[in-house]
Amino acid sequence: MARQRLVQGFLLHLALTAGVALFTLPLLWMVIAATLPDSELFAYPPRIVPGEWFGRNLEALQRTVGFSRVLLNSVSIAVIYTAASVFLCTMGGYAFAKYRFRGREVLFLGIVATLTIPTYVTLLPQFILITRLGLIDTYWAVVLPTVANALGIFLMRQNMHVVPDDLIESARIDGAGEFQIFWSVALPILRPALAALGIILFLFQWNDYLWPLIVLRSQEAFTVPVALGRLVGLTRVAYGGIMVGTVIATAPFLIVFLFLQRYFVAGITGGAVKQ
Amino acid sequence: MTPIRAPAAGWNRWLALVPYGFLAPFLLGFAAFWVWPILYSLYLSFADWTGGVTTWVGTRNYERLVTDPIFRQALRNTLLILGLQVPLMITLALLLALALNSTMLRLRALYRFGFFAPLVVGTVSYAAIFRLIFNDQFGILNAGLRVAGLDPVAWLFTPGPAQAVIIIGLTWRWTGYNAIILLAGLQTISRDLYEASAIDGATGWRQTWHITLPLLRPAILFCVVLSVIGTMQLFTEPAILTAGGPANATLTLGLYLYRRAFQSADFGYASAIAYAVALITIVFSLIQFRLFQGARN
Repeated sequence: MARQRLVQGFLLHLALTAGVALFTLPLLWMVIAATLPDSELFAYPPRIVPGEWFGRNLEALQRTVGFSRVLLNSVSIAVIYTAASVFLCTMGGYAFAKYRFRGREVLFLGIVATLTIPTYVTLLPQFILITRLGLIDTYWAVVLPTVANALGIFLMRQNMHVVPDDLIESARIDGAGEFQIFWSVALPILRPALAALGIILFLFQWNDYLWPLIVLRSQEAFTVPVALGRLVGLTRVAYGGIMVGTVIATAPFLIVFLFLQRYFVAGITGGAVKQ
Repeated sequence: MTPIRAPAAGWNRWLALVPYGFLAPFLLGFAAFWVWPILYSLYLSFADWTGGVTTWVGTRNYERLVTDPIFRQALRNTLLILGLQVPLMITLALLLALALNSTMLRLRALYRFGFFAPLVVGTVSYAAIFRLIFNDQFGILNAGLRVAGLDPVAWLFTPGPAQAVIIIGLTWRWTGYNAIILLAGLQTISRDLYEASAIDGATGWRQTWHITLPLLRPAILFCVVLSVIGTMQLFTEPAILTAGGPANATLTLGLYLYRRAFQSADFGYASAIAYAVALITIVFSLIQFRLFQGARN
């Protein structure tokens, strides 16, 4: 019986290791490809040892799409969006959870119900609206449409129970204003939930392709996915440069995974599993 | 002694308005960028939008939809990818979650990170990587095939293989994500249940089938519904990997919608496409809910 478990354990680890290798191989290739010149990239037999062309590929990337500007756009948009959206959704979740008002449940249900409607339905009118407001090619064009999102307010309301009602009451009795209570009492307690939501929203915005593609027209305004997508569509595809771009673009994800994984997992499982 | 302020009638009235104050920014953004677009899009789908002038044309856009061969192909392609990829991925994710939950496992965090790694790159990035890997002349996959003595495949230029590449890519990317959700679900199942059934003589697979899977049903449903919604709107992978080719073999509904709306400026028709896709998606979601709830005992 113990022997059988040993064999099962060995097979389990073997299968999982093979799986991990398969799953990480494309990423390994991405890193290697970023360090090779195009001539060696296309060689046969394929070269699988890293080269020294990272710097030169990076220069080419900068020359063709102004990558440093693109990177700045992505970072700025993601940061502004995350801060604004977390703020809006937390205030909204606080209102739904901690106050009683007429139509509260109907309104909440209505907001959450829109989650069942695929986002593609809203693309065109959002584009028309952004165009009419003259916001094409600006950060706001990317930030505004999804800043008030149903998922965020839903998650925030779910998390509000960690703020005890008595704490709010006693702060009220002590004479604190309502917003002051929200800011000084509720927010500090909510920090883990804020982090989890913030990470999800940041990664979503960093990674978003379709919407920025629609509203960002000139190269100086591009975000990283849009710029990279542009490069892939050219007739002469400079894969070395593109791979450098993808390597750099993974930086936020890596930071999250290495240091903030707990919050990220809490975020994505928040809706599926009852805590 | 701190004076206790007794709430006056005016203060109560103020308190009743406060939640609206907290909600106002959200509701403003939500109304402008979600509610209005949803309604306006519905209106547009019944209209013709040419040169900025909208004229009501009734169901003409929808009639055109039904007879449009390209839409039918996009629908077929999307359903094909959906039908193959989602079951494959969910099954793999389930097996993976069970493996990761196993008590026999060492170095769990390391394995978990390894299978999560595909999410480290953005969608455009991984599509670009796969396009490079599956390149028929100098892609590393074909090179590997040649080394193994097999014929290289023109992956992105043949309809079947092109669809396969998209399916492989999606599975590669999302299996880890779904496995994490399923793993979280597994970890909420009390070990007592297993011990109790073990006393009754049930072991291994029987336990999995009769205890684990039924209890995991909500989490599985969640993953399936999200995957279906996401795949119905699939855009980035076909756009970057294959540009919808070859000969529209990988044209998905999402890509077709984008082309009609933002390349042909066919706003009325594109809105009809969007609503048709939304309708199909909602019907699918309802069916899934029914299937999963109905089988519950």
